[in-house]
Amino acid sequence: MTDIAIVGAAQTGYRRRIDDANFSEMVYEVTSGALADAGLSIDDIDNFITVSNDFWDGRTISSMAVQDACGSSYQGGRNVSTVEGDGTFGLLYGMMRILSGAYKTTLVVVHCKGSEGNMRQITNGMFDYIYTRPLGIEATAAAAMQARCYMDRYGLTEEDFAHVSVKNRGNARLNPHAQLAAEMTIEDVMTSKMMAAPLKIHDLSPISDGAAAVILADRNTASKLGRKPVWIKGIAHCSEAHYLGDRDLAEAPALRDAAHRAYGMAGVENPFEEIDVVELYDAYSYMEPLWLEELGFCPRGKGGELTRLGATAFDGPVPVNPSGGVLSAHAVLVAGLARVIEATLQIRGEAGERQVEGPVELALAHGINGPCGQSHCVVILGE
Amino acid sequence: MSQRVGIIGFGQTYHRSRRDDVNGVELINEAVRAALEDAELTIDDIDAVVIGNMDHFEAVNYVDTWSVDGSGAWMKPLIKLTTGGTTGSTLGIAGYHHTASELFDVVLVIGWEKNSESDTTGAIITCSDPIFDRFSFSGALPGLAVEASTYMKRYGITEEDAALVTVRDREHGANNPYAQLQKPVTVEEVMQSPMLSWPVKLLDICPRSDGAAAVIFAGEQKAKKLSPRPAWVLSTAVRHSHSYFGDINYEEIHTMQEAVKELYKNVGIKEPLKELDVVELYQPYSFAGLKWIEAMGLCKPGESPRLLRDKVTHMDGELPFNPSGGVICTNCIGATGLLRIGEAALQVMGRAPGRQVPDVNLALSTGFGGAYWTDLMLLGSRPW
Amino acid sequence: MSVHLEENIFYDGRIRMPYKWAVGKTGSFFLTQLRDHARIWGSRCPDCEMVFMPPRKNCPRCLVTDTTWVELPPRGVLETFTVVHFNEPSLQPMKPPYIYGIVKLDGADTGLTHLVNEIEPDSLWPGMRMEAVFKKANQRRGEITDLLYFRPEGGARQ
Repeated sequence: MTDIAIVGAAQTGYRRRIDDANFSEMVYEVTSGALADAGLSIDDIDNFITVSNDFWDGRTISSMAVQDACGSSYQGGRNVSTVEGDGTFGLLYGMMRILSGAYKTTLVVVHCKGSEGNMRQITNGMFDYIYTRPLGIEATAAAAMQARCYMDRYGLTEEDFAHVSVKNRGNARLNPHAQLAAEMTIEDVMTSKMMAAPLKIHDLSPISDGAAAVILADRNTASKLGRKPVWIKGIAHCSEAHYLGDRDLAEAPALRDAAHRAYGMAGVENPFEEIDVVELYDAYSYMEPLWLEELGFCPRGKGGELTRLGATAFDGPVPVNPSGGVLSAHAVLVAGLARVIEATLQIRGEAGERQVEGPVELALAHGINGPCGQSHCVVILGE
Repeated sequence: MSQRVGIIGFGQTYHRSRRDDVNGVELINEAVRAALEDAELTIDDIDAVVIGNMDHFEAVNYVDTWSVDGSGAWMKPLIKLTTGGTTGSTLGIAGYHHTASELFDVVLVIGWEKNSESDTTGAIITCSDPIFDRFSFSGALPGLAVEASTYMKRYGITEEDAALVTVRDREHGANNPYAQLQKPVTVEEVMQSPMLSWPVKLLDICPRSDGAAAVIFAGEQKAKKLSPRPAWVLSTAVRHSHSYFGDINYEEIHTMQEAVKELYKNVGIKEPLKELDVVELYQPYSFAGLKWIEAMGLCKPGESPRLLRDKVTHMDGELPFNPSGGVICTNCIGATGLLRIGEAALQVMGRAPGRQVPDVNLALSTGFGGAYWTDLMLLGSRPW
Repeated sequence: MSVHLEENIFYDGRIRMPYKWAVGKTGSFFLTQLRDHARIWGSRCPDCEMVFMPPRKNCPRCLVTDTTWVELPPRGVLETFTVVHFNEPSLQPMKPPYIYGIVKLDGADTGLTHLVNEIEPDSLWPGMRMEAVFKKANQRRGEITDLLYFRPEGGARQ
């Protein structure tokens, strides 16, 4: 349990191309949205975290583009910093800054436009340049090797993964922010264009543009606001080895470690029983069952079964990605903070048509960095 | 909730114009091992790792995950921050917050750069807005040159005044075995060095270096247990206030003015020249060693050349600046701000052989970057 | 701000930057041995005794630097693979479809990511024995691609 709450949140719609707004305009939109949602003005924010990536933005010091738009230069300037990585890591650092006692509130704002760069060149750039990059490997080929490894170890099938895409794209139909929403069949996924075996195009998340912001506040500030605060009950992050060949790709020990510590903080002992809704970083369909296993929602190798049996369905005992997940909208960096926002809306009971049944007291949101989920951040949110 | 934080270890590489014998990950590892050795810790004692650089200097995306083999962050909490020139100070401040939040007790912070591997100016130019600024007012030099000429005109400052700053820092750098440039220079040499963008000449500006720095932060109890004399973090302040170079008021360094105002207020400093004991200033060029120390409140605007001529900011002066030789002698960009923090910590800990200022109780370190942004961290010998 | 928008303008940009990455002494030994003798070397950590491929100057787990060289045979086991079908000519070393795999060389504790060839994808299975195929001596340039690809041990299988 921490003393930090999410008191405001906003996100753009996620689209293949947002062509009528640049980075700073997107950031301004969600900053204003999050302030309005919190019932705060920019005067109330004493600390800022922007999240961006120089490769995706095609700009050194990519944070320069948004310093004005996020409000950090308001009235002589405020304290600010910039995380480069998934938005969940920005949330984590924003929270640390409040916990340090220096600040009362923090705006965390993330932007990315996948439409403006070349995803494959950009993700090739995250591999070591001596032994791996010359091979032309990028995110999808690496992920496909992880998917294969996972299937072979535990006997999961391509159909198991297809179930995830069908579920999440189906869920997205209820989410006006989602980019890809469709009623699909397993066959649609199975017969879709092969990208990097065993992954087909419907196993892949789309390329998206978007921005998202949340406002964090300490207990004292949060309790004075009209809106019900959503508390960060646990949070932890962890990275494993870089070279794909150093890792056992059928497992995610870094996620296991982060989950263990986040659960410890939140007092979660049995996630399947205690957590009411889960928003995972499913950049590829196979990731959802693999991450669920490492998060302790089922025994190792049973992630596929969990999905097939409907346990993770919108109306199942543990709805996973009721928003449609990253498979339905993948603005890189933004996607993890979008998971946090979706979990927040579920706890508030403000998720509209995508609100899951029953009271949501505890929710899990998750983000990743690096190839094949090398680094993870797990966030437990609650009433 | 929240704990006091001290720096208990600092390691750096021997900074050079190029390090062909190691790759980036190996360079990082040199600094990490030096910091662990300095703090008498092993990697198992580290609870979390913070790392950063500037992406386009080495063209590595997700430096945090790429560098795990060198940083020692395997199966540890790991985060990357980057803010341009201020990256190193941003990282140090993040290390402080990691620890102060009580989420982690011993935190390893790493800043690094291998500037030899790319075209430094070519990369920096891409920091400017691609539509409005990049074609014209781009990179590090134009802004600095405009600031310098504006300042000269307003207060009658001369190029020779600025040269005194380079001469001081190069003299100090000769005492620092880690510095890239260790040979003193004269005012004449500075004046005769090639003109880059008037009034800024080659010896007025920082070099570009290959190097890495690592600083270890610890919570109060751990710090007291592990270090005989930790350098306590007393306050930080950050202003990253501009997006466009055209928005900057080149007559003032507004971010420095605002940041010191906050920091001095936090710790009750009224007469910084008297109260501070040493300053490690992120000073990318000589004119900053004049104008910016005025913004810090050390003297009235336009009067800083007197402080230089009277050697007030020299090693034996009232408030020594840059005992390490500073940025004028070494500039591995993502490490530069963290080197300021590490060197300031050494001064407080009394462990800066050859460049130690006696009896340091308060040491200020700064960071500079982006569109005239300022970061500050104040370290002290007592945790309050 | 209210505007009557007639079109959205886009700027075409490309960051073209030359880079020259130092491989370091450790990697330079590995690559010169690969280039000059078609030999493959891993590094062994004296503490945890793990043998790493590619070799590391310092053990990534223990951080000690007194790692030692271990020559590895150009043979090992396929751990996982993918058949790439999408086109990205700016990156890809050959025209799709082609195969990436991770091969753990005999005696190494970690796998090497590389290309796999001379086999139909349907005949590949994790656990399969693989052997390295090198470029001809006069074509090797001290790059990881001097090792051309892995193929099934004993030669091509179609």
